[in-house]
Amino acid sequence: MDIAFIDNVLFATVRTATPLLLVALGVMISERSGVLNLGQEGMVLVGAALAFIAAYVTGNMGWGIIAGAFAGMLVSVLFAFIALSLMANQVATGLALTIFGTGLSAFVGADYVGQSIAGLSPISIPLLSSIPFIGKAFFAQDIMVYLSFCLFGGLWWLMRATRLGLIIRSVGENPEAAHALGYPVRKIRYCAVLFGGAMAGLAGAYLSLAYTPMWSEGIAAGRGWIALALVVFASWRANRVLFGAWLFGFASILHLLLQGYGYAISPNLLAMLPYLVTIIVLVIMMQRKQGGSDAPRSLGRPFSPSR
Amino acid sequence: MLLTRLRQTLALLALVAVGNAVAEPLKVGFVYVSPVGDAGWTYMHEQGRQIVSEEFGDQIETSFVEGVAEGADSERVIRNLAKSGYDLIFTTSFGYMNPTIKAAKRFPRTTFEHATGYKMAKNVGNYMTRDHEARYLAGMVAGAMSKTDVLGFVGAFPIPEVIRGINAYMLGAQQTNPDIKMKVIWVNTWHDPAREREAAESLMLQGADVLAMHTDSPAVIQAAEANGKYATGFNSDMSAYGPKAHLTSAMQHWHNMYRAKIQAVLDGSWKPTSVWHGLAEGANDIAPIHKDVPEPIVALVEQHKAQIIAGDRSVFQGPIYNQSNTIMVSDGQQMTDAELLKFNWYVKGIEGKIPQ
Amino acid sequence: MRIEKRLQPSRAMVLLSPVLALVLTLIAGALLFKMLGHPAGLSLYNYFINPISDWYGVSELLVKVTPLLLCAIGLMLCFKGKVWNIGAEGQFIFAALVSGYVSLQLMAVEGFWVLPVIIVAGALAGMAWAAIAALLKTHFQASEILTTIMLNYIALNLLLWGVHGPLKDPDGYNFPESALFADHTLLPLLSEDYRVTVAIYIALLMLAVVWFVLSKSIFGFQIRVMGESAGAAKFAGYKNRLLVWSLLLFSGAMAGVAAVSEVNGPVGQLIPTLNLGYGYAAIIVVFMGRMHPIGILIASFLLGLTYVGGEMVQIEQGMPKSIVGLFQGMLLFFLLACDLLIQYRLVLPGFGPIRLPSDRTKQVAS
Repeated sequence: MDIAFIDNVLFATVRTATPLLLVALGVMISERSGVLNLGQEGMVLVGAALAFIAAYVTGNMGWGIIAGAFAGMLVSVLFAFIALSLMANQVATGLALTIFGTGLSAFVGADYVGQSIAGLSPISIPLLSSIPFIGKAFFAQDIMVYLSFCLFGGLWWLMRATRLGLIIRSVGENPEAAHALGYPVRKIRYCAVLFGGAMAGLAGAYLSLAYTPMWSEGIAAGRGWIALALVVFASWRANRVLFGAWLFGFASILHLLLQGYGYAISPNLLAMLPYLVTIIVLVIMMQRKQGGSDAPRSLGRPFSPSR
Repeated sequence: MLLTRLRQTLALLALVAVGNAVAEPLKVGFVYVSPVGDAGWTYMHEQGRQIVSEEFGDQIETSFVEGVAEGADSERVIRNLAKSGYDLIFTTSFGYMNPTIKAAKRFPRTTFEHATGYKMAKNVGNYMTRDHEARYLAGMVAGAMSKTDVLGFVGAFPIPEVIRGINAYMLGAQQTNPDIKMKVIWVNTWHDPAREREAAESLMLQGADVLAMHTDSPAVIQAAEANGKYATGFNSDMSAYGPKAHLTSAMQHWHNMYRAKIQAVLDGSWKPTSVWHGLAEGANDIAPIHKDVPEPIVALVEQHKAQIIAGDRSVFQGPIYNQSNTIMVSDGQQMTDAELLKFNWYVKGIEGKIPQ
Repeated sequence: MRIEKRLQPSRAMVLLSPVLALVLTLIAGALLFKMLGHPAGLSLYNYFINPISDWYGVSELLVKVTPLLLCAIGLMLCFKGKVWNIGAEGQFIFAALVSGYVSLQLMAVEGFWVLPVIIVAGALAGMAWAAIAALLKTHFQASEILTTIMLNYIALNLLLWGVHGPLKDPDGYNFPESALFADHTLLPLLSEDYRVTVAIYIALLMLAVVWFVLSKSIFGFQIRVMGESAGAAKFAGYKNRLLVWSLLLFSGAMAGVAAVSEVNGPVGQLIPTLNLGYGYAAIIVVFMGRMHPIGILIASFLLGLTYVGGEMVQIEQGMPKSIVGLFQGMLLFFLLACDLLIQYRLVLPGFGPIRLPSDRTKQVAS
């Protein structure tokens, strides 16, 4: 096992983790503001379809990325209106969004199946990309991976050190109090949901423009769901979201690598690995904390300012 | 094109001869396991449907139901098609075998054709392509182009159809590179482009420099392209997904079989048969070979292709050894279709074990 | 236009809002069909009427409804108690694996007790799978939302392992399927011509039982208390634990029976693609049915109809399958949106509140 090999494994891990990281960061923000949106899978798919269509039609990857984020945001408006303005049950509205988004993406993407685009190519950062062990993994990725790093940094800082972060959290913890203090609870929640939609759309764009540059129905293959679980696992903290995404990515790569080495374990049993690891780590973390869950206290509860 | 037109003319003549048969078009239904937008297996069947639907024109009326899960839903869809007056129903996935047989019992006057299975009945036939023949030729190209002497194969599920393809690929590669080895990774899904890509990356990490897959998407080709390696495609010509990486593709052309089966029903000559068409019948072929492949190799591939078509060569002809170097098919023998249908061992040179 | 909270939920709207949602869905659906170039009337007929225009169609709808309803019954109790079990799917799959194994073992054994044993095995297996999530929740404080989602994936891989390995039909040409079950291990059909089995009776019976328990018993009261105020339930301490366990185990058992209804019913063997998403669809049923027994009964029929109707418009009019997703999504969106009218009313500027004759808030002028 040499240095380049480890670097390559990390490289693959980071790439595998990127769509999960993007969705999960968006989920983290919207859940921190108290909104549970189970529509992630649908938003990722719509983002992926629209990103591919835009990139294919314009021939410009940049437009593809923007279209993906915008499309994700647009369908999240639907969720926000029904769940926030009309105060419907968030779990049900989110599930409806996933069903709707899956159908919508298949519907609009139908004519683009089997088309190909160049896709995003990696950009090596001079010097840094030749650092042993981690150079390729962190400094020879494509633009969207770098974007995900920046978004992670920004959101980590936002939630940890800014007033806005504090406001978002207070809206999720105790909307009545936040309202009494004069914060526009519903507006903040709207923004958080729309931001989450844009992040899911970006994750979709990453899948259909960078990771596997093509459109096919169901291209997200459940990653929206994994990301939702990841946020609970990370107890709504950005650094743990990053760690969780990498851990999950690594477990995914590991089970494939083990197969390649000819370990005679059923691939089905190996495929359970990432899910088992997630449960085990969650249990260990809950034991260390002793304090129970960190879930935003009003998560999933509708808020009406007139109350 | 000319052939098509000739066929159409003949078909028209036949119709004129029968006379009053013109009134009602034959209703042909297709049941697909995934959406036609999967870019792989179902997409190819759908291409086949569109081709025959155009060729037969007014003589037939076709329709399809996509994304039908192989559980309890499939029998309902098959029965509903029969109930709605469809005369010939193609069920295009292995898991439809028992539902097709069950539905066929209730609709004895409807004709059913099931793809890739092994059961038949009075009104149920089955059909399959010998994709291992095209695989074998693609393997010849792959073996010649590998510098590390390691091939990588991304498989969906360890079922006989896939194992047959893996073995054929290996036997082909051994024709051009006796030292070749192959690693196999199972992804447990027909369609998850990102996972297929991860599997491809893992294989390349472990030294594979020519990849192949038996899954739906072209993600493996894209992975090879991104890493400056080679790959061979499956189902359709996948060169668009990796102009530099794509050596060739093992292609399937279902329309040949659909044409034959539909024609048989139109003529009234349909019988429940098990049809297994390959290179010779045009049901399989390989895509144009990459320009990097040396001329002698291309010539050798062409030669083997011609021999298989002429019946002078079989992919699974002896001597074939298994992984523990025991001879499984002796010199001068070849495997029977029955043996191919339940293939469950790897040939020599493939690493790892088939998961049980 | 603005909205305003009613002093009391409107009884009329409880009944009217789903009707309104359905009408809106039909209108939107008609527009969608028109847009696609299909005649709206015919399309709606093919979607909603044609699939159940004869007894065969109705029986097929029941086939679809049976597992959906069974899963939904268990989930309804869980959700009422604010236990977010997303894992009916995994419980279903694991139970299918176990009851399938038992069915295969009992191929050669005949007896009146065979079927009950299989059903109990399925229920116990579903309970066992749910018990993992219960244990992780009560003793390790792990969120059941997360653990049940993960357990779904694990169960699916276990099933794949089973049908690719030890449970594979020895005479099945190495295809990943078990042998076909013997006839005496299959649930009795209601009629030879249809595929619907006695499992539909089990589902309806359980629905009645749950309805009774919810409305009449102390246990039902406890669930409501726990659901409505986590604080009050926490006060009850270990009783809360007991409640979490009983809710998850019951819901696991229901998912297990649902699995038997499917595997020992229309499918008749173990296959890798048993799970048609009933566990997830049942979540929608529970919310569509507003967590009320009659509600989920109607919702499971409605959702079942959107599936079989989707097949019908594909067969009859060549529409793409994505129509089903769009339709179900719209239906749900409208249902959820219209539910607003139960708790709130619309106020048009310059007109005052829109009133219904039965509106109890009328004396409170705004």
